[in-house]
Formats: sequence, C-alpha cells, structure tokens
Amino acid sequence: MDGKSVAVSLVNVRRYFGEVKAVDNVSLDVYDGEFFSMLGPSGSGKTTCLRLVAGFERASGGQILLHGTDVSGVPPYDRDVNTVFQDYALFPHMTVGDNVAYGLMIKKVPWAEREQRVVEMLELVRLSGMENRKPSQLSGGQRQRVALARALVNRPSVLLLDEPLGALDLKLRQQMQIELKNIQQQVGITFIYVTHDQEEALTMSDRLAVFNHGRIEQVGSPAEVYERPATTFVAGFVGTSNVIDASVARQIVGEAATISIRPEKIHLSAPDALVPPESYSIHGTVQDVVYLGMYTRYLVELETSPRAHLAVMQQNLETTSMDVLTIRGKRVQLIWRRDFTRTLQRTEIVEESGV
Amino acid sequence: MRSEDRFINRAGIGLRAASTAVLIFLHFPILLIFLYAFNTEEAAYTFPPPGLTSDWFGVLLNRNDFWSALGLSLLVALVSTMIAIVLGTLAALAIYRSKFFGRDAISLMIILPIALPGIVTGIALRSALNLSGLNFSFWTIVIGHATFCVVTVYNNVVARLRRTNYSQVEASMDLGASIWQTFRYVILPNIATALLAGGMLSFALSFDEVIVTTFTAGQQQTLPIWIFSQLQRPRDRPVTNVAALFVVATTLIPILLAYRFTRESSET
Repeated sequence: MDGKSVAVSLVNVRRYFGEVKAVDNVSLDVYDGEFFSMLGPSGSGKTTCLRLVAGFERASGGQILLHGTDVSGVPPYDRDVNTVFQDYALFPHMTVGDNVAYGLMIKKVPWAEREQRVVEMLELVRLSGMENRKPSQLSGGQRQRVALARALVNRPSVLLLDEPLGALDLKLRQQMQIELKNIQQQVGITFIYVTHDQEEALTMSDRLAVFNHGRIEQVGSPAEVYERPATTFVAGFVGTSNVIDASVARQIVGEAATISIRPEKIHLSAPDALVPPESYSIHGTVQDVVYLGMYTRYLVELETSPRAHLAVMQQNLETTSMDVLTIRGKRVQLIWRRDFTRTLQRTEIVEESGV
Repeated sequence: MRSEDRFINRAGIGLRAASTAVLIFLHFPILLIFLYAFNTEEAAYTFPPPGLTSDWFGVLLNRNDFWSALGLSLLVALVSTMIAIVLGTLAALAIYRSKFFGRDAISLMIILPIALPGIVTGIALRSALNLSGLNFSFWTIVIGHATFCVVTVYNNVVARLRRTNYSQVEASMDLGASIWQTFRYVILPNIATALLAGGMLSFALSFDEVIVTTFTAGQQQTLPIWIFSQLQRPRDRPVTNVAALFVVATTLIPILLAYRFTRESSET
C-alpha cells in the first residue's frame, strides 16, 4: 500500500503473563483510514494486542508506535486513541449525554462546543433525543451506539474496538456490521477491530490479521486470506477448508506437501466424467450427505486412501433434499481447478466442526 | 407472583406461631425499657409499673455527666467514622482487582477486628497502648473504635466495587481522565451510597460500643459506659432507661438509613 502513512505500528511486540506468551513477537503496520481486523480464537492474543495499543497493558518487549511516536511508556489518558469496550463500559450514574460528553469535559472543551459535538455524534449513531436517558434504560444495541459515540466524539486518530458486537443477537449484529462500516467511512478514522468471528472480519475489513497462540499467521485483504491461506491454521479458521496431508497429496497432485482446497471449489461429478485441462481429479465414495438448505455438504471417502475424506459443498441449484440423499453411498469423481489448490505452511489444524 | 407460587410459599401455622414467638422474645425486653423510662418507682422493676411519669426526662436533662457522656460518644463516633471512611475506602481500592502475594491474608486481617471478641481486641489494644506509652484519652478510644469501624466501611465498599465493572475505570482513563479524575467522576459516584451506608453503620457501632471502650478509655465515660455505671447505683434506675432511649434513637436512625441506601442502590 504505497503512499499510505502508517497509523499504528507494532515492532516485535511481546507480552508475557508469567510463563504464558499472550503476545509473542508480533510485528504489524496499520495504515491511516483503514478498517483493520484482528481475527483469532479466544486466547490467541488479539485482545491483548489491542489493550497494548490502548495502553491498558504494558509490553514485555518491543515497540508500539502511534504515527511514528513510540508510546510504550505513555499512559492510556495521554494516547490519542479511544476504545469501544466489549461490555460497553458506560458510566451507569451518568445520562447518555454526559457519557458521550465525558472525554470533552475532561479536556475542558467549552460547554457550547461540547453540547454541539454531542448532538452531532448522537445523530451519527442515530440516537438523537436520547441525551437524558440513563444507560440502564437502553437496549443492548443502543448502548453499543452510545459507547461508539463516546469514543468517536473525541476525534481520536485511531479507534480500537474490542469485540463490540459480541453481546448482540445475530440480526442486530449483521445490521450493526454494515452501520459500523458506514460510520467508519464517514468519519475516516482508522479502526482496529478485534473479533473471533471470521465472517464479521471478512465482511467489514479492508485488511485483517489472523492470530494464533500469540502470533500472527497471516495478514492480508479478506479475499487474499480466504483464497490464499498461508498456513493450515488460517485455512481451517477462516472459512472451512480441506487440509490434505502430504502422503495423500502425493497421490493427487504428485507432490508431497500439505495442501488445501475449499469445499465449494470442488465439483462433484460422475465417475466417468471428463476431467478438464489444468484440473485435479480423484475418485471416492459419498459417505455422508448433509442438506443445509442453500447448500448441501458431502463427505467423500477417497478410494486411494480410505482414511482420508474431502468435504464438498454444492449449491442446491437444481437439486432438492430428496435428490441429494440418493447420492449417499455412490461412487463419484471430485474435480477442481489446479490453481485453487494452496500449498500450506504447517501450523495448527483447527478441528473441523464436522458432519 | 403466580397463585401456585404463593401456595408453595405459604408457611404452616406452627412455623408462623414459632417465628412470631421468637420475634416477641427478641423485642419485648426493649419495649420494657421504654415502659420503665416512665416508671414512678425509682429502684425496683415491678410489673406492671405502679404509675407513669415523665419526670425522669427532666432529671436526666439536668445531669451534666449525662451531657458530657453523650457529647463524648457522638464525637468519638464521628471521628472514628471519618477515619474509617478514609482508611476503609483506601483499603478496598487496594484490594479491588489487584492481585499480589498475601492479598487474601490482608483482607482477612482487615476484617478480623469485627470477628474477634471485643474483649480480646480490648485487652490487646490496652497492652499495646501501655507499651507505646500513650496516655489513655479521647484519641485512644477513637483508635479502638476505628479498628472495627474500618471493617464496616471496607466491607461495604469492597462489595460495591465487586459489582462495579472495572472496564468503567479503563474507559475513563481511555477518555483522557487522570487517576484522580477517574476517582472523582467514576469511582466515587459508584461507591457513594456504599460509603454512606458503611459510615452510618460504623457510627452506630461506635456509638453503643462498651467492651473495647472500657479497655481504651481513661477517665472519660462514653454514654454506654455511663449507663453501665449508673446501673451499679440503686437509685435513679429510670434515668438509665431514659438514656437508653437516646442510645436506641441515635443508633437506630443511621442503621435504618444505611439499610435504605444499600437497598435503593441494589435495585438500580
């Protein structure tokens, strides 16, 4: 990303809690105006990373730069970043208006300007006229917006969001995802967004980093990370993937390397179907069929190595639940384009949620 | 509540009779004190009292030793409560969220004075004061009372802090507030009613304390000790009952208020 200035930079950052390496030598650049996600399972170090940037945690080693300035020893109240907390952390004894105005009051912004900026901000998060409510009188989604307004009103250079939609139900979460993205584009502030939800990260981010065991496994745009996973962990955590062992891979691609192929890239074809050029193919028996409405998921046991299975996703364009079930036990040929196969660096394999 | 719940919760007649009896047993003696404050007989407790009079109020109000005892008790309660509020809050904040070696031990040591028998605390304090060469005075009484007053404030504040989300403190600092501003605008409003409740309980505890006071007082007489010394004298019995009325009033009101404060804040 040439020509873009770096907003936040982590250089070999480490954070140890006793023996536990919560953040283990992480280096990362987040650009100005970017919507950047830190994605990973719980305990992967993503939240600790965010808290290091906010200043709630002190790094055991390495450097954290905000717009080129080392802030490692700077307390949270002197950093030009604001945080939206997972539990919102609204002040229960204050009204919505006072909550949003808090940062401005501390900075001794004149009363008239304070008032005006609070009104503008509540308008931005669509809570106009709620100034005099108490947080306890609001719904979860509304509290979330107050927390967002309270952070954004200070016009920070970077906004940190710690799983802000985690407590909301699915419908509201999807609605807030779009809204958050809109607000980010409107205000143009760098967002660093922590989530364990890969769908959320793929939907909202300009770029994302996948965390595992305190390390970053891959950084890239959602499409890059999804289409070209670098490691077995990323292949399994971002979406689902067939991770194929080197021994099995040799039979398919003729090379002993760990490879992955996304289930939706595989064609389920008749055993005698013609294999197009530049494609791999392998025969197997359909062992299980799971009808998922829009899709059907097939589990195919490979003929050449009976202990290996490939998952296949097919859209139900012309098949019904009755049709797909008749395929169970049938012999099939799996065909996919060569360039969809990725060679992976072997890290940890995420347990398949399975059939 | 639905009707079947009410049915399940309905107590048997025996249980209700028993609990009523216990409540009467607990409170009837106190009613007797009120009654005997108006007794015309001056030495013995006969029931029913031969006659009723309000003369003893006049007698009591003219006794200078009563007034100085009352004044001393109020002042001791006030000062030890002030000390308890400051020390109890500081201790609670130190224990809250921080994890250090011996944290639980320190927490126990703060609570211990209220769990230990007063006589143990009293003897211990007396020998310690003797050793340190301090003269027994108003301040030694205050020190004695502060040991258990700190506990009530500490307990109330710790309980409140446990229910207070720590992320509020982080949010405040994140929004630019220093540690002092965070205390002033976020922590204090959160613990205010707990402080008030703890303070009132502490005041009431100090005001009617006898045992520790007997060990830590010099020549001074607090009101409960004054009442106790009056009981040794055969005459003017009803005067002590009138004084007891004052004690009940002075301790009951803050306790009721404390109860209200903690209840109100737990509802929100």
